[in-house]
Amino acid sequence: MTYLIDRRLQSKNKSAVNRERFLRRYKAQIKDAVGRAIKGRSITDVENGEKVSIPVKDVNEPHFGHAHGGVWETINPGNTEYQKGDQFNRPRSGGGGSGRGRAGNSEQTVEDDFIFELSREEFMNYFFEDLELPNMVKTQLTQTIDFKTQRAGYNVSGTPSNIHVLRSLRGALGRRIAVGGPSRRELARAQDELNELHQQEVPEDDPRVIELRRQIHHYHTRINAIPFIDPFDLRYSNRIKVPKPSTQAVMFCIMDVSGSMDETRKDTAKRFFILLYLFLKRVYEHIDVVFIRHHTAAAEVDEDEFFHSRESGGTVVSSALHLLQKVIGERYSTSDWNAYVAQASDGDNWDNDSVLCKQLLSNGIMPKVQYYTYVEITDGPPQNLWEQYTEVAAHHANFAMQKIVTPADIYPVFRELFKKQPK
Amino acid sequence: MPDDRTPNPRALPEQSEWTFDLIEQAHEEIRRVARQFGLDTYPNQLEIITAEQMMDAYTSVGMPVSYNHWSFGKHFLTTEKSYKRGQMGLAYEIVINSNPCIAYLMEENSLTMQALVIAHAAYGHNSFFKGNYLFRTWTDAEAIVDYMVFAKNYIAECEQRYGIDAVEDLLDSCHAIQNYGVDRYKRPAKLSVAQEAARQKEREEYAQSQVNALWRTLPRREEEEERNAPPPRFPLEPEENLLYFIEKYAPLLEPWQRELVRITRKISQYFYPQRQTQVMNEGWATFWHYTILQELYKEGIVGDGFMLEFLQSHTNVVYQPAATSPYYSGINPYALGFAMMSDIRRICESPTDEDRAWFPDIAGSDWRKTLDFAMRNFKDESFIAQYLSPKLIRDFHFFAVLDDDRSDKLTISAIHDEAGYRYVRQQLAEQYNIGNREPNIQVWQVNTRDDRALTLRHTQFQRRPLNGQAQEVLKHVARLWGFDVRLETVDTGGHVVSFLDCRREKRNR
Repeated sequence: MTYLIDRRLQSKNKSAVNRERFLRRYKAQIKDAVGRAIKGRSITDVENGEKVSIPVKDVNEPHFGHAHGGVWETINPGNTEYQKGDQFNRPRSGGGGSGRGRAGNSEQTVEDDFIFELSREEFMNYFFEDLELPNMVKTQLTQTIDFKTQRAGYNVSGTPSNIHVLRSLRGALGRRIAVGGPSRRELARAQDELNELHQQEVPEDDPRVIELRRQIHHYHTRINAIPFIDPFDLRYSNRIKVPKPSTQAVMFCIMDVSGSMDETRKDTAKRFFILLYLFLKRVYEHIDVVFIRHHTAAAEVDEDEFFHSRESGGTVVSSALHLLQKVIGERYSTSDWNAYVAQASDGDNWDNDSVLCKQLLSNGIMPKVQYYTYVEITDGPPQNLWEQYTEVAAHHANFAMQKIVTPADIYPVFRELFKKQPK
Repeated sequence: MPDDRTPNPRALPEQSEWTFDLIEQAHEEIRRVARQFGLDTYPNQLEIITAEQMMDAYTSVGMPVSYNHWSFGKHFLTTEKSYKRGQMGLAYEIVINSNPCIAYLMEENSLTMQALVIAHAAYGHNSFFKGNYLFRTWTDAEAIVDYMVFAKNYIAECEQRYGIDAVEDLLDSCHAIQNYGVDRYKRPAKLSVAQEAARQKEREEYAQSQVNALWRTLPRREEEEERNAPPPRFPLEPEENLLYFIEKYAPLLEPWQRELVRITRKISQYFYPQRQTQVMNEGWATFWHYTILQELYKEGIVGDGFMLEFLQSHTNVVYQPAATSPYYSGINPYALGFAMMSDIRRICESPTDEDRAWFPDIAGSDWRKTLDFAMRNFKDESFIAQYLSPKLIRDFHFFAVLDDDRSDKLTISAIHDEAGYRYVRQQLAEQYNIGNREPNIQVWQVNTRDDRALTLRHTQFQRRPLNGQAQEVLKHVARLWGFDVRLETVDTGGHVVSFLDCRREKRNR
């Protein structure tokens, strides 16, 4: 009695639980790796899996075993030169193989790291973990973009089921006409000449008649040899995948880089920017990111310089807002672009500058942006910039601000943004 | 030769794609030939699976079900990584010692490979599982799958009740000494799921009461005078089965923890025969896939293309690189096993004078009966000691290397010549003796009167030291035992040469 069972459709991913158990056990190490990865990565590149390596001694499962030492007598195959009683030196490592037997399995391999890949979802989950995002938001961010397929003309290659008959035949017809043209013309000429000779009652065995008949036959054959349809004629309906959201957005990252912003604060700010970027990525197909940093003067820089250079000196926030206004006006007109601003600072500003900031925001910037987020990374008391911004927030629903100490405080800034999300 | 054969009406088509009908057809032919050769097997259950599922099966050491544990996840990640990078192919087959015998066929295999796997696993391994004395004694093919289901459910229940961490810690510790969960000499009781479930409760209570009696701290009055006498030795005899000893006597384990120890012990016992019969088992299966498919070719059931693909794969499997080759990683059990099985057939069918001198009992006998006898009554160690012929020693160019740490040079102690045959054979057999391969560690005694410390004894074999993981393992033993654990290493004279200690600072439970 025999059974032949097709199991292919059932119980895939049986090991998912065990894999999750493994990740759970080494959570601390994995979180470290994710943290390092976030520091090293560009904002726009945060959504990939990551290779995580854990020292092998941490994942090792110990067992009793023999180490090398004492007496080992092993039998090996493939003797070519040895005679009984031959003596030779111990090989340094396992290289020569002979004589080592299975002693080598104990501590030799311990040095390497145990490396494995985190999937994108797993990576994102670790990233989100200390941001304390609500679950709904997490799923919103981790989901992959929906594509819709749409027709996009015709293609010369494709699957047989996509052959477009009308187009293919029309092409074939055109090709037959084009390729057959010269032959048909010559045929008509020969036919005419022959008719003429017939009218002149030239006998059938006249060499001219024979020649013309040969030509007529020749051109007939050529015309008949043109294939009715050729692989060359085939046309396939072309369908392309188009991501559903199809608008574009620009994201401004504004950061205070004065001396008081240290590495930890910058790291927190980076997470803040990443979160906004992830959100925008769900909603918009194309995103430009503009980095503006400022101390007493503001400059537009690339990402690397944005995060990794340090300046010192005082802080004039309005300089950044001026630049922001200028860039929006010059390059990102409100009719084509959705502008989002994320600003991070430690709250320091020149006293009389904060009022100017409030005016710039209320009159010039807020009407042009979709959403303005501000985080103050500090644990000190609020300063005048905070007070002025509070007034802006009172008048504009799309202005969000938050004082943060740890990454977990970031999310509330975006709460409004994620709530509004129509899906 | 194939040209003058008349085509067999039942011949398999020469194609590489398999279909369910073709597999059935191939299986039918293989079954017929296998029966002709007198192979006795459990009924077969062939299951078609995907590569992913094959990796899952790898992870749970070939069991169709297993409990959840991080180490299986680690195993899976390793397999997946090297498979995806193309560093390794997956095994063509996994076969489970159960009744019916479950053999996995991978979707990607060609028709030829499927036929090879069926002959190898469903008839080779299967008949070995059913016939070999170790498997008959140690495993119960009827019950294993059900027992694994029981274990999985029981452990899942414990996780819910006591938390994943508590269960995981305990399983870690059990896994560390899983190889010491086997009675090497005592005949084991067979597993039975029905009994297992029914008696589990009973056992919990009984075991607990036993432990309590042993560790009672308030002695009865009449024993008062005896207190000055030295305590009776406990255990009376050294115990080789560490997990068994812990299950029965560890003072602080909860009943569910004892049950988990028992589960790992039972699984270890189930795999014990496989660890002892690698050469024989693979050799037997390889010999039979080779013999059966050759027979099918002779009958004209399979054609030249089939045979070429099969032989290419077969030769790869039985390839033995020489010790000096960079690819050498020990003796290939397929190569040695296949060579020995084929050699026994040769000795039976066309013995030389040398064979008659070395194997007077089997030279010229019926090869099928002789092979069957060898398969049933031996394990690797005794099989090699009994059947390795001088011809094979010459064919393999075997040589013995003596590595004694007291001498600063390695010595060739024997080669494949008249003087060395017996020595090489003896040494090779020793090499497969699991008792020599793994350190011999037994429960020596428990201090019942004082600190309840457990002493283990490692009796040295050939002065070989323990590896660096011993201290780690000892921590696991201490976690299970609940009190201090000491591991003494004694030489063959019984003198303690070194020891390791693992102290429990305080009970953290």
